[in-house]
Parts: sequence; structure tokens; C-alpha cells
Amino acid sequence: MAGANGSQPPVAIEVRGLVKDYDEVKAVRGVEFEVATGEVFGFLGPNGAGKTTTINMLCTLVTPTAGSARVAGHDVVKERDDVRRNIGLVFQDPTLDNYLSAVQNLRLHAELYGLQRDVVAPRMQQVLEMVGLWERKDSPVGTFSGGMRRRLEIARGMMHSPRVLFLDEPTIGLDPQTRRSIWSYIAELKEREEITIFMTTHYMDEAEWCDRIAIMDNGEIVALDAPATLKAGVGTDRITIHTEDNDAAIGALKDRFDIDARISEGAVSFGVPGGEEFVPRLFAELGMPITAVHVSRPTLDDVFMSYTGTTIRDAEEDAGKNRNRMMMQMMHGGRR
Amino acid sequence: MSTTTTRPPETARPQTPLIQVAVPPHSIFSELRAMRIVWRRDLIRFFNDRIRMMATLVQPLLFLFVLGSGLQQLSSASTHGVNLKTFIYPGILCISVMFTAMFSAASIVWDREFGFLREMLVAPVRRSSIVIGKCFGGATVACTQGVIMILLAPLVGVPLSLGLVVGIFALQALLAFTITAFGVMIAVRIKQMQAFFGVMQMIVMPMFFISGALVPVANLPGWLTVLNRIDPLTYAVDPMKRLVFNNINISPEARRVLDPGVTWFGWRVPTLVEVGVVLGLGLLMLGVAIWEFSTTE
Repeated sequence: MAGANGSQPPVAIEVRGLVKDYDEVKAVRGVEFEVATGEVFGFLGPNGAGKTTTINMLCTLVTPTAGSARVAGHDVVKERDDVRRNIGLVFQDPTLDNYLSAVQNLRLHAELYGLQRDVVAPRMQQVLEMVGLWERKDSPVGTFSGGMRRRLEIARGMMHSPRVLFLDEPTIGLDPQTRRSIWSYIAELKEREEITIFMTTHYMDEAEWCDRIAIMDNGEIVALDAPATLKAGVGTDRITIHTEDNDAAIGALKDRFDIDARISEGAVSFGVPGGEEFVPRLFAELGMPITAVHVSRPTLDDVFMSYTGTTIRDAEEDAGKNRNRMMMQMMHGGRR
Repeated sequence: MSTTTTRPPETARPQTPLIQVAVPPHSIFSELRAMRIVWRRDLIRFFNDRIRMMATLVQPLLFLFVLGSGLQQLSSASTHGVNLKTFIYPGILCISVMFTAMFSAASIVWDREFGFLREMLVAPVRRSSIVIGKCFGGATVACTQGVIMILLAPLVGVPLSLGLVVGIFALQALLAFTITAFGVMIAVRIKQMQAFFGVMQMIVMPMFFISGALVPVANLPGWLTVLNRIDPLTYAVDPMKRLVFNNINISPEARRVLDPGVTWFGWRVPTLVEVGVVLGLGLLMLGVAIWEFSTTE
């Protein structure tokens, strides 16, 4: 298998100063990054951060307001068809024809992409087996569960052996078990086919799977590195304490330790270097009762917090109203 | 809370050799394949959907047999002995095609609402191929329905002949293509199904009533004559009437009243010109639909 795509350029995706404005809304404000061939690259951020808009520009569905991008060696504006030939897409919302069977959906895809007829049937079997749907190949997609549909979309996205596979929130709306199985398919895919994977997610634990991640907030990339490096960069452990009076606790932390704590998800949370050594001091010197304490190594949540000053869940809640409005727009087709 | 990180299980599946597929560069051949699959999808979906097949037949049958039989009692004096069902049959042939074609065009709105449109939009094919495939799909489905209507001819006193069947079929195919193009042109701009049906009610019903499908188009009030002459459906209904009336025995007097022909400022428009009008409009609207569909966000 190695060497089959020996001619691939070393850079799969190259983005320079990409901007997208929708009327008054600046959805993407000049992002820049490169993705190496064979890499799993993740976009992490709350809903409405501009992840989907960026993906839509990279896959030629949306024309950038400014900047440029090359995918699989081709310009997304000037060489649209060349880009399309080389990418596979799995959208956030389902794009299958529910009235057709799994095989009919794949065959339709093969025809739209003009695949050589003699390889269509064996390739179809291969991708369907890969996602464990071969036994259900003749069932109408309308009878499939959410997880099966997503798997079928991944199989379809792989039908034409794309060089770059875009996964926009591949596990959104699925239960944890199904999410895990989707990830095992993606891992297998990565192992078997020489492919670059570009994905977006707002699940922190999923971002850990990526070779590198870009943290996106408010249309900008605020950090970009390997998950481990990003976490090491935080330099502090996270301590979460439960108290009778959170506001008083925050005041006490400021007075005694000069620590800026904040309330997150109903508890007082703050970062300190050497968290485990700090806990005894905390109990001794805080001067008020603590009902529970939790120390954790930095997670991507902390990375996100250290760059944006909020947790991704809080950012989502803030964006909740926006999101509802956006979902309405999406349902009406005005996708951003 | 799901902060625990779980690695996927090791894959122990037997590894068959990987089948590498290449997407060939854009060519006329690949565009034709894309058109064909868009067309075939419409057919597959139509023939899988028995209820829709029945539903689109109900309306023309209702007009033909219920309205036709009912009004017959009032109109027998003025149709010069021709049964009203026979008289409105050519018009019904046209509207049955029109309803089905519009319904087919609606599937673009449907595909947009249910996401499938994006699958077609990101494929490495011209948007025009998708629109053309769609128009031929709608036209084919409508023609299938049309054939059933043609076979009803003996029931309304029109004997079947090869010439009649071929003629009606050709006219229906042309009209089906034009109406689908018209429907697609509208559907491309509309994001919701309800809105599309609203627009259809607003445009299709007036087009149908004004076209002369149910009435003779001579001696209409002036304002209605004007509307009638700008209604594209008029130019499909009129040749259809001529075709059907050529195949039955009716008095010259009845012929004069029931099939007066369409006139432009006193000039009787020849059948070929009428057909040309329908075809020209179809191509024009197809062009507009392609243009609309090709402009990205």
C-alpha cells in the first residue's frame, strides 16, 4: 500500500489568511495553517467558532472573502474540480438519500465521480465491510440508525479513494458507544489508506485523537500544536473545589494565594503549578471549609480555557441562543 | 461528563488488498454519466413510491370524470353534440403532465431540506449536468404518467391510433420538459417545501385555468385573452386540442367553436410556432435554472 500515492505533495492542506464574511458577521477572520500529508488534523472549538465555514471553504462549497487555500495541491477557488476529485466529505448533517439502499447511495456516488466501472463493485464491498455495513447493503437508508448512517457516510466519503477526508463533527449527536465505534473505524481507515484527515469537533476527548489540533474561537485560531504540547504549555494543574460559599472562596483564594479563580460548572476552579503539593496548603490556609477537592493534569479543556478564558461548555452555553438561531437557518438552508 | 479518553480497539480484521480508485479528470463522458445517474435516481424514487404515483393521477381523473361528467349537463347545448369529457380531454392531458413535472422539480427543494443536495453539489461535475439530469428525470416521470392518461382516450370517445399516441406523447414530453425546467428554475431559489407549494399554488393553478385547458380560447373577455396569450401552457394545450380533434368525427361547426386556435392580433398561430414557443421557453428556463444553480454562496 505504501508508495501507491508516492506522488502526493508533502503538504495536504495549505491555508493563507482565509477570511469569510457574511453580511455583518465575520465568520472566519484570517486563519493560517498547514496540514502535512498523512496527518490527522483537528479543529476544536465551540459551535459558531467558524469551523464549519472553514471546512466549507476548503471543500469549495463556499467562496472565501479573502485569502487562499490549497487542498491536495490545488487552489480551492481556481481549481475547484481538481480539489473536488481529491477530497471526501462527511458533513455534520446527513446527506444520504433515505429512499435508496446503502448500495444505491454508493453507486450514485461512484457515477457522480465517474469511477471506472470494473472497480466500483469491489471498492463498494471494501468500504462497506470497513464500516461493518456489508450485511445491510440492500436495506433502505431510512431504516438505519444514526450511527449506521454516519458510518455509511464515511464509507461513501472513502468510495473514490480521496487524498483528504473532511469530517465535520463526525460523531455529533451520537451516543458515547457509537462515537467510540466511529473512532475505531477512523483509526482503521487511517491505518489502511494513505489519507490525510481533517476534522472538526467540539468534544475535547476526541480532539486527543488528532496528531495536531487548532483551537478555534470566534473565527480565529488561538492555538495550534500537538495535543500533548498544548497541554504541557498550560504549565499548571487544575484544582476544582466545592465549598459552601463559592464567592467567598474566590475572594479568599485571591487574598491568601493571589490566585484568580472562577466558577465553572458550579464549582470553584483554578490552575496552579504542582497541584498535588498545593492541596495541603490550601486546606491549611484558606480559612474556610472545603467539601470536595479535585486535582487534574491539564486537559484540552484547560488549554481552551487558558487561551479563551472560558471552558468550551460555557462557551457553548453562551452561544446557545446563537446556536438555536443558526440551526434554524441551517434547516432553512442558509448554512454558514 | 465524558472526559475519559478511550483508544479504539485494535483492529484484527483480515486485510484484503486495498482497492485504489482514481477519479478521472472532467470530460463530456463523465458529465453524461452524472446526468444519467441524476435522471435514474428520479426514476428509481418514483417507481419505489406507489402512493405518489397514485396521487398524481387522482387530480386529472377528478377533473376529467367528475368535473367533465358534472358540467356536461349544463354544457351540452353549447358543445354542439360533443361530450364535455372529450372536449376537456386534451387539456387534461396537459395538466396531468404539468402537475407531475412540477412535483418532480420540487424534489430539488426536498433534497436541499434533507441534505442530499450537498452530496451532488460537491461532486466534481458541472452544476448544469445536475440540472439537466433533473429536468430529464422530471420529464420522464411525467411522461410515464402521461402514457396512462393517453390510454384513457377510448373512455372519453377518442379512438386510439398510432399517430395519435405518438403525437400526444411527443407533445407531452415537450411540455413535461418545459414545466420541469420551469419548476427547477423556481425550486433552486426556494429553501423550504411549504414555500415551494405556496408558489406552485400561486402560479400553476392560474396557468392551468387561464390556458384554455377547460374552455375554448376564442371570444374570451379582453383581459382574459391577454392573459391567455402570455400563458405558456396555452401553446401546449392548443396543439393538443388540434391533435385530438383531428382524430374524432365532429361537425365543422363544433370544430370552429371548440378548437378556434390561438391568434396573435388576428393572425392564427401555426402549430409549429406554438411548439416552438414551448420548446424555446423550456430551453430558456433551463438556462436560467443552470445559471442560478451555478452561482455559489
